[in-house]
Amino acid sequence: MESTPAEVTSKPKIPDEPRRGAFASLRRLTPFIRPYRGQMVLMTLSALGATLVGVAVPLLTKDLIDGPIAHHNKAALWPLGGLVLLFGIAEAVLFWLRRWFLQRAALGIEADIRNAFYRHLQKLPVAFHDSWQSGQLVSRMSGDINSLRRFFGFALIFLVVNGATFLLVGGALIFIHTVMGLIIYAASVPLILYGRLADRRYHRQSRAAQDQAGDVATLVEESALGIRAVKAFGRQGLLYSRFDEHAKTLRSLELRKIRTLSELWAMFALQPQLVLSLCVLIGAYAVSSGALTLGTLVAFISLYLTLLWPIESMAWLMAQSQEANSAAERVLEVLDIVPNIADAEAVAHSRPASAGELVFENVSFTYPNSDRPVISGFDLRVAAGETVALVGPTGCGKTTLTALVPRLYDTTSGRVLVDGVDVRELPLSELRSKVACAFEDPTLFSASVRENLTMGVPDASQEQVEEALAIAQADFVNELPWALDTRVGEQGLTLSGGQRQRVALARAVLGRPSILVLDDPLSALDIHTEGKVEEALHSVLRGTTGLVVAHRPSTVLLADRVVLLSPPGPEGTTIAAVGTHQELLRTCPAYRDILSQTSDLVDAADESEPDTCDSELMEVSR
Amino acid sequence: MTTTTTDWRGVATEKKDDLPDKAGIRLRARSRRLLGQLVRPHRRELAFCAGMVLVQTVFNMAGPYLVSVGIDHGIPALRRGDWGPITAVFVAMIVSAVLASGLRAIFLNKVGRIGQTMLLNLRRMVFTKFQALPLAFHENYTSGRVISRLTSDPDALNDLIDNGLDGLLDALLTVAGIGVMMAVLDIPLTLVVVLAFPAMLLLMRWFSRHSAAAYRRTREAIAALIVHFVETCNGIRAVKAFRREPRNEEIFGQLNNEFRSANARAMNLLAIFIPGMKTIAALVTAAVVIYGGLRVMDGNIQIGVLVGFVLYLRRFFNPLEDIAMFYNSFQSGTAALEKLSGVLEEANELPEPAEPKPLPAPLQGRVSFDGVTFAYPKRESDATSASGIEAEDIGTGGKVILPLLNLDVPAGQTVALVGATGAGKSTLARLLCRFYDPQDGAVRVDGVDVRDLADTDLRRAVVMVTQENFLFAGSVADNIAFGRPGATRAEIEHAAKAIGAHQFISALPEGYDTDVKKRGGRLSAGQRQLVAFARAFIADPAVLVLDEATSSLDVPSERMVQRALRTILADRTALIIAHRLSTVEIAHRVLVMEDGSIVEDGEPEALLEAGSGRFAGLHQAWRESLV
Repeated sequence: MESTPAEVTSKPKIPDEPRRGAFASLRRLTPFIRPYRGQMVLMTLSALGATLVGVAVPLLTKDLIDGPIAHHNKAALWPLGGLVLLFGIAEAVLFWLRRWFLQRAALGIEADIRNAFYRHLQKLPVAFHDSWQSGQLVSRMSGDINSLRRFFGFALIFLVVNGATFLLVGGALIFIHTVMGLIIYAASVPLILYGRLADRRYHRQSRAAQDQAGDVATLVEESALGIRAVKAFGRQGLLYSRFDEHAKTLRSLELRKIRTLSELWAMFALQPQLVLSLCVLIGAYAVSSGALTLGTLVAFISLYLTLLWPIESMAWLMAQSQEANSAAERVLEVLDIVPNIADAEAVAHSRPASAGELVFENVSFTYPNSDRPVISGFDLRVAAGETVALVGPTGCGKTTLTALVPRLYDTTSGRVLVDGVDVRELPLSELRSKVACAFEDPTLFSASVRENLTMGVPDASQEQVEEALAIAQADFVNELPWALDTRVGEQGLTLSGGQRQRVALARAVLGRPSILVLDDPLSALDIHTEGKVEEALHSVLRGTTGLVVAHRPSTVLLADRVVLLSPPGPEGTTIAAVGTHQELLRTCPAYRDILSQTSDLVDAADESEPDTCDSELMEVSR
Repeated sequence: MTTTTTDWRGVATEKKDDLPDKAGIRLRARSRRLLGQLVRPHRRELAFCAGMVLVQTVFNMAGPYLVSVGIDHGIPALRRGDWGPITAVFVAMIVSAVLASGLRAIFLNKVGRIGQTMLLNLRRMVFTKFQALPLAFHENYTSGRVISRLTSDPDALNDLIDNGLDGLLDALLTVAGIGVMMAVLDIPLTLVVVLAFPAMLLLMRWFSRHSAAAYRRTREAIAALIVHFVETCNGIRAVKAFRREPRNEEIFGQLNNEFRSANARAMNLLAIFIPGMKTIAALVTAAVVIYGGLRVMDGNIQIGVLVGFVLYLRRFFNPLEDIAMFYNSFQSGTAALEKLSGVLEEANELPEPAEPKPLPAPLQGRVSFDGVTFAYPKRESDATSASGIEAEDIGTGGKVILPLLNLDVPAGQTVALVGATGAGKSTLARLLCRFYDPQDGAVRVDGVDVRDLADTDLRRAVVMVTQENFLFAGSVADNIAFGRPGATRAEIEHAAKAIGAHQFISALPEGYDTDVKKRGGRLSAGQRQLVAFARAFIADPAVLVLDEATSSLDVPSERMVQRALRTILADRTALIIAHRLSTVEIAHRVLVMEDGSIVEDGEPEALLEAGSGRFAGLHQAWRESLV
């Protein structure tokens, strides 16, 4: 591993050693620059050209005095004036050229990085999104990538141009007067050393500020998404004080940056002035001792003066680079995470006419960053066409089990098999087209109802759509202003919880997937609608393998068999009992306790441990 | 889409980048007002900073002068062996350099501090406003947009503060100073320069008009990008389960392209503006060279004057470019301020009363609806077009939900609201919590109109638990204490125990201190609902509203909650909405709603005995669903 650094990227962890040099992270973005390197070079050349033309214009003044005016030649004034105009226009054109290339290259690089970032985020597993606040991701996607654009479009170019100017003019200065020229070069050494030190500080500070900006974004997002809770309890004050604390911290972090930057500015403005005064002192002595002519001294000093701004602006350019560098670091942190739920290298394909057999083989699952298993030793075979209901107390891991089927998570140990093939060996797209889900929390996207419905089956026919709507009792969509073309979701029409649930259910049953995973899909429906949906679902499930999380007896009745899960515990949930609804009702008190409404039986037993019906559960609860 | 005169107000114009002149001007006036409001408290400090720049400029200018002194006086003295003058010059140069850069550091610090304080205040204002705006606003605006307003818009302003302010002061002073010097040197030549001003102003106006639209477009594009991005992150399970990645990528790519081309437009405008200024400068310089040369030859001015003038000219135009660059950042910042001032100007349709009435103490919890009529407000059409048609006007908006509702719930009564979806049950609950105001009639708590209550009083009196129970990232204990900040651990545990959540919470790895993670993702839906219950219970309201609050609970948990409710609701008023009629067992009274009206009202037993009524029918259906 140590010998091949290229392999480091395959590590799923964030690299702990982010900086190995001032531009370490930025350098890693080179692949994004490559397509634009031609434009970047042209941009640099136009910037350099503009600088040179700018230097040339004053020289024309000398020609003016020595030429036409000295000879009283009025006619010669005109071409000279034309030359001045020409140089000015050349400068303008070069500026325009630079901005033109800048626009194409920098914006192109920015857009490419942002697309790559988004693409990567969509590949990262659900577990990643569970642990990363979207505010942090938003700030990386917008703020950080914006500062990358600024770096590639501006700071990088002028670092090069200013560096080149310094070397060129410095060379000329050495040519004019070796000692003073060398002093200028030598004097840049401490400045560079100081600059690197201050840069390192600025890097840390801008990283802290960027992280804090992400936290602010996170807090803002939470306060917007949780606005109902905030309003219901009148906790605007509490949220404000949290926000204010973060915003104030952000301010103080920005102030730290400003302090470093102003110090940098000051030092980079001071150094050339000090060097200048030294040159004047040495130059004056040299002239007085006859070693140097006065004219040469004046030339030397006026040439040196053209270096003031390039040196001074280095402070800002370097700070900008550090800011971009830490931004790159933050972007790469995400890009470096290798999605651990991805297509296997050697993909297997299930039989095309697959029946939809679903098998859990000794499955255990522990959430990342947790040492407590949620599920352990879970074995279940759902035959093709069979429907199994998962029943169990709150928080026992029913939802987690359902998420293992479409590989939203991978098992910690054991296997999930679809038609005899480990889901990890199936291509994700194939697996997920076989398995359709309806979640407890129905997510609709800001798109038309039709697009929301046909998401899994883009080529669905109108009949299929109508059938799905009928099954889910979601005909109400036809009464929306633009029927199926009405936009719903966050940026569209607000639907009620029950309405959303029905659309989400219709989406799941559309196209009759071979495996249907339903996580308490009817919780928000009224009894009447629920009854109708169940009736229709019965017909769907007859031809489909089903895994249904059920809280209510009516939902359980959709299933051929019921799996009762044991209560959550430190060892993880496992199967407590399996049987048909009637069997379990008859033989299993724990099951009765979970599904029966008749409270008289249980009221007394509430505080005690629930009765158990087989030895397996006894072991777990001990 | 036509822009009416009122459309520019508020967020209605968020989508439009090319506004008719009048609306554009008013938008800009609005953002200037906001800028003024932000700058005003710092006037003195800013004036002080300007003074500091002036002093610093003097020290800066001293450099070249000192060099000339060194050459003119230092060298002759040195030839005489006198080190005095050159040493003096040397020391003076060092002193002025140190002073100039020291002052610069102080100035940058000071201006930076002012800028950051302004940003902080702006963030505070906007955040507070968002929190105050009614739910109807948030339902339209989307969380992504809120994020964008509070992150990327202030960022745009930050750029203005970072890059602009010191350069601007410097440039303005230099332009003014050099302008005077030129006028002193030669008036006719200065007039040539003045001739360029109208051309520059025209160019500036052109740039101003177009860049305002361009920057407005960039603000809108980044907001759309963020909205889509946030939507993807928050819906990632569904994205993956339904293989939406490719379509998402397509949409994101489009939005990203739009942002790119909006930025490109702004950059191209600048790429014309600055060279335009340069061209004008070149024309003026050429004119000065020719006209000045003629004047020299005609003996009207000295050569030295012309040389000086030409040199000054360049130092005159360079800072003008800086000013143009500043103006560019200013335009970009103004576009951000336009968006922010739009939010700040958004009318709060549910304003707190200017003089709130107090609730009688002790609080009884009587609830009454007197002749209440309600229809949901019509939606504004500010959605971006990823696909599909914008949903506006129709749908839920505009339709009357409650035609005329009269209801009196005595203090302490537990009322169950039943009826089909869309009957108006939740609407009734939302009106009681003042998430909306009725168009007609009044909702009262203990005889006081909820519109006359201070928000804190109302929230102390009435608390609602719904099926969407948002938990904040943080510990379980923090989330329960959300109901009553400052609650002790004992109180928190008591609440959890009362509701039957204690058992599962203590089984969590770190018990009450377990971090529930983003949106409570670490807990199951049922557990989140239990925490939400505990949160409401600890708030100890006189009126508790439960809107489908047990829908995600399994039967035992629901039973536990029901049992807890018997005690909890003993001394308070409760309004319970539930499809599953298990709730009714604890209700004193049942209301059946249909199309926004109460069609049955009575004790559950009485309604059941009647046998043929709607409630009896619903109850029958429910019994059957239990199996």
